[in-house]
Amino acid sequence: MDVVVGQLFTGLSIGSILLLAALGLSLTFGQMGVINMAHGEFIMAGSYTAYVVQQVVSTGGASLFISLIVGFLVGGAMGVLLEVTLIQRMYHRPLDTLLVTFGVGLVLQQLARDIFGAPAVNVVSPGWLSGGVEILGAVVPKTRIFILVLAIICVVALSFALKTTPMGRRIRAVVQNRDLAETSGISSRKTDISTFFIGSGLAGVAGVALTLIGSTSSTVGQSYLIDAFLVVVVGGLGQIKGAVIAAFALGTINSFIEYSTTASIAKVIVFVLIVIFLQARPQGLFAVKTRSLV
Amino acid sequence: MSTFIAKRGAWLGFALAAILLFAVAPAVLSEFRLNLLGKFICYAIVAVGIGLAWGRGGMLTLGQGVFFGLGAYIMAMHLKIADAEIRGDDVPDFMSIAGIRELPSYWVPFTSPFVTVLGILFVPALVALVLGLGVFKRRVKGAYFAILSQALAAAFAILLIGQQSTGGSNGLNRFRTFFGFNLNDPANKQMLFFIAAGVLLVVVAITRQLMYSRYGELLVAVRDQEERVRFLGYDPANVKIVAYVTAAFFAGLAGALFVPIVGIVSPNDVGIVPSIAFLIGVAIGGRTTLLGPVLGALGVAWAQTTLSEQFPSGWTYAQGLLFIVVVGFFPAGVAGLFALRRRKKADEPPLVVDVEEKELVK
Repeated sequence: MDVVVGQLFTGLSIGSILLLAALGLSLTFGQMGVINMAHGEFIMAGSYTAYVVQQVVSTGGASLFISLIVGFLVGGAMGVLLEVTLIQRMYHRPLDTLLVTFGVGLVLQQLARDIFGAPAVNVVSPGWLSGGVEILGAVVPKTRIFILVLAIICVVALSFALKTTPMGRRIRAVVQNRDLAETSGISSRKTDISTFFIGSGLAGVAGVALTLIGSTSSTVGQSYLIDAFLVVVVGGLGQIKGAVIAAFALGTINSFIEYSTTASIAKVIVFVLIVIFLQARPQGLFAVKTRSLV
Repeated sequence: MSTFIAKRGAWLGFALAAILLFAVAPAVLSEFRLNLLGKFICYAIVAVGIGLAWGRGGMLTLGQGVFFGLGAYIMAMHLKIADAEIRGDDVPDFMSIAGIRELPSYWVPFTSPFVTVLGILFVPALVALVLGLGVFKRRVKGAYFAILSQALAAAFAILLIGQQSTGGSNGLNRFRTFFGFNLNDPANKQMLFFIAAGVLLVVVAITRQLMYSRYGELLVAVRDQEERVRFLGYDPANVKIVAYVTAAFFAGLAGALFVPIVGIVSPNDVGIVPSIAFLIGVAIGGRTTLLGPVLGALGVAWAQTTLSEQFPSGWTYAQGLLFIVVVGFFPAGVAGLFALRRRKKADEPPLVVDVEEKELVK
């Protein structure tokens, strides 16, 4: 029993990291059709932000909360910069955005290596997050519970913002029908920029969360990016509820397969499962209903 | 009349390339440089396949490293076993150091040179066929396909790192013989270069044949208007699968040649970054043309070797900027710049059509 609960919580916490990374992607990829490979480097930027903040503010608890806010702003600012300089020219060529942003990612990775050095750096988690809580016989680290709660807060805040705020309504309007939205007086340029800001900011938050469970290096975002993309693919484009279900499902399936075999075999099995899943639902768990043939 | 000239032009081109590769290159290049050119030719063979699948077929495949790796590891496994047999040992050297006394079961078939060659020819193509059937038949396309092919590359690299029996993250290296020929002998090294050059010429010829056939027209039609092709009674999935499997077949061949020429294969050669790096030469040369990918791949490989010798971290910046500038601003590559000049005289259609791909994504 305690093994099952332990693996379940490991799965949930992998899932919540994936969810944090995938939420931002779900906005930029799912809703705008931009495949942002530099999203992984925005995550990395969030992690290094936490590291830098900790050098300035050394008191554990305060530093974590400041990092979350600054991480969001840093990620968001990088996203806006990318959107304004490159992506806005390429909305009609989504596959090319993938390669262009991959180039941006390469540059950012090398930049991080040149600034912070090749060896990984560590962020000390605050004292009140050390140790674990016993749940049904298994000891679950407090950091993992914190990340789970953080992910839930982000999901709730994002869906609330999209559903109720004027900006959220504008974002949904542009996504559903760009031309019609413009006709009714919405500036699609401004909306695109704010969508990108939120999406990339969430990557920064994911990066800060990652520092709680591991060390930070220039490739930290890369390792989560592919899985985050898979979450969006499985969940269905632009579907927050799809992303939530897919992230936790992938996280838990991964952690249970990993327990019975090895991490590397688990990756392959999960990949095969996803291809099989797409046979049944090529559009993902939830799909936007359209009359389009494709 | 015009086709006759085009054909004669093609024959002339092939003859010229053959003279360059088989006579000029060995005469002017040192042994080391010739070997290096052999390595670049392996990348060019991969690029030809990518040009077919991506440029002509519109399938952005980010996982060619998998097929390259399958060819390479099959070849490497055979070479390691052959070396062990010469030493009179049952298992390759790195396994006996690790204390493995018996050959793992999936290594055993590659004891035979015949099975090894069959494996190189068919295993990458078969994997591509299975994935292609699973993906294209269910009309998974565009970004979905790109992400899946990339996930495949990630899974493959992680699998290789985790397996002690493929040398883990060190990969397989230090080969002494190649089907009975000593790999340290300069004459045999030159022979390897000639094999690679010959394979490149054959691969280009096959691709040219495909491009200028009815199939080639169908492939471009599927890229630009998949639905219309479906309404005409064709199955676009089959058209795509042929191009994808051909590209995988070429990549597997290139991987198998890469191993004896370079002398090592490791997960670093097959993961996500090398898989995407294969694309940059294709993009620079011109993805929709026949020779663009070849020349682009050769040029990029050469630039990488020269630049990374002088500025170790500079190449990463250069590579990133190349992706940004070429894909972002010159999507038709160098070939597109030439075509632009030609197009001003004749009224030819553009090389890269701006299809509303966004609809395909959704």
